[in-house]
Amino acid sequence: MSDNKLKTVHINSPVSDDEVAALEQGDIVFISGTVYTAREGVYKRVLETGHQLPIDLPAISNINFHCSPAASKNDDGTFNVGAVTATASFRFGKWMPDWFEMSKAKLIIGKGGMSEDSYKDMFLPVGAKYLTTVGYGTGALLGRGIKRTVDALWLEELGLAQAMWIFEVENFGPFIVDTGTDGSSLFEKSNAHVNSRLKTLYKDLKPPTLSRYGETTSRDDEVI
Amino acid sequence: MIPIAAIEKAAYDLTAKASIEIPPDFKGGIKKMLANEPEHLSQFVLQAMIENWEAAEQDRRPMCADTGLPRFYVKSGNNAQIEGGFVALEAALRKATAAATHDIPLRPNRVHPLSRKDYDNNVGQHAPEIQYAFEPEGDWIDLITVHKGGLFGTDYRMLFPGDGIDGLKRFFLDVMVQFGRRGLFCQPAIVGVGVGGNKDTCMRLGKEACSLRIVGERNPDPEIATLEQELKELGNSIGMGPMGYVGNSMVVDCNIEVGFTHTGGMPVSIHTFCLSSRRATARIHTDGRIEYRHDPGWFTPYYRREGVQ
Repeated sequence: MSDNKLKTVHINSPVSDDEVAALEQGDIVFISGTVYTAREGVYKRVLETGHQLPIDLPAISNINFHCSPAASKNDDGTFNVGAVTATASFRFGKWMPDWFEMSKAKLIIGKGGMSEDSYKDMFLPVGAKYLTTVGYGTGALLGRGIKRTVDALWLEELGLAQAMWIFEVENFGPFIVDTGTDGSSLFEKSNAHVNSRLKTLYKDLKPPTLSRYGETTSRDDEVI
Repeated sequence: MIPIAAIEKAAYDLTAKASIEIPPDFKGGIKKMLANEPEHLSQFVLQAMIENWEAAEQDRRPMCADTGLPRFYVKSGNNAQIEGGFVALEAALRKATAAATHDIPLRPNRVHPLSRKDYDNNVGQHAPEIQYAFEPEGDWIDLITVHKGGLFGTDYRMLFPGDGIDGLKRFFLDVMVQFGRRGLFCQPAIVGVGVGGNKDTCMRLGKEACSLRIVGERNPDPEIATLEQELKELGNSIGMGPMGYVGNSMVVDCNIEVGFTHTGGMPVSIHTFCLSSRRATARIHTDGRIEYRHDPGWFTPYYRREGVQ
């Protein structure tokens, strides 16, 4: 990438506490080592229905990717993983505290970040940070970074899209650090900038004839 | 008679093309936006997307792992005849979708909405959708595939004549701001706006406006063309760029399509076609020849019923 105003960091998985602490908001990150995917199917199965993971996850990886790959199973039982991109993380907030405790995850990679409240309440207390994928969908670049599918757990039970994939990766990225050391979020900082302009943007546009019921009437709010 | 094998081959190849190759009009639009984007982080995101498209084509892998919901638009010349008829065509499109899903591979996104059952092949009830249109002349079939994402960035609202153009602009801004935060609709995107018709026509027109017209193509009605330009500029003036970061790259282009509607209403639908705008088009001839092209050419004068009694 050509922009030298942004700092690029290469880290290895499992990532150490010091490495996570050193990541600054807005840094561009590439990862080598082992990462795994977990989204609603896995969280429900492990945290709600009490199924034990058949592997010693904390020993293998502490980087959880909110993702399901575009992948298929070859006739010989191996996998063809094409593209890899994240899914929106805000939906998984309710499972994160228990997941952190169970998995000892230190980095969560996903789409769109989570709230500053989640960073302050769930991430910082366990020394974890959130990395966002870029774009979204640098699926081909991320697909290139996957060197090997180590395992795909619960394929039968959860399907290809919800299964837990364990990948060996090299220069896997780019990702952007969203969590600040103060628990702030780059996304929410951007929101604040937009909010400062909304009044002017809407100034001459009168409300519609027929209004709607809704959960929020403030455009300063997020809908997630 | 158009051979059914040619239709199945075209459908299979189009599915791969759509998922792997970013259309040149879209890529050109993003490069222009990058040149005008003042913010470093937003520039970085756009540059990463361009590099991603290049990686996808080099490796022949999908540009995004959410490979959307594969669907087909079929335009038939009035004199076209298909070996086995349209039921055979539908079977061929389903077969090609399942095969391409495994081979490319695409993500098996299609599940039953309640049981969440996934056949792992993107085929199921009403999936892939197949929509038809006709042209007065010709013995060919145009086959277009679109793999749109679908979780964020769409809204429908019944506005009224008194709300007017300002009402439409306000609703447009609402959708941009609401789904632009954190980049939920994966902007910069092509924004399609359907105005008028019944509710379903309104949704169809808006969706086709974003996914079946190329960047830079204006509606032939000069007033609508002006409004397209105004909405595009409005979207890019919010102060929001890719991923919801500070910037001005939000709307690659805005396409509006209209249909005659109820005298008391002005329904509006808004749709966004994301940074992985997956569409691909081919014409299939009676001798089995397949001509691939970039422009879907869906909105013809006949399709818009211009001057048609």
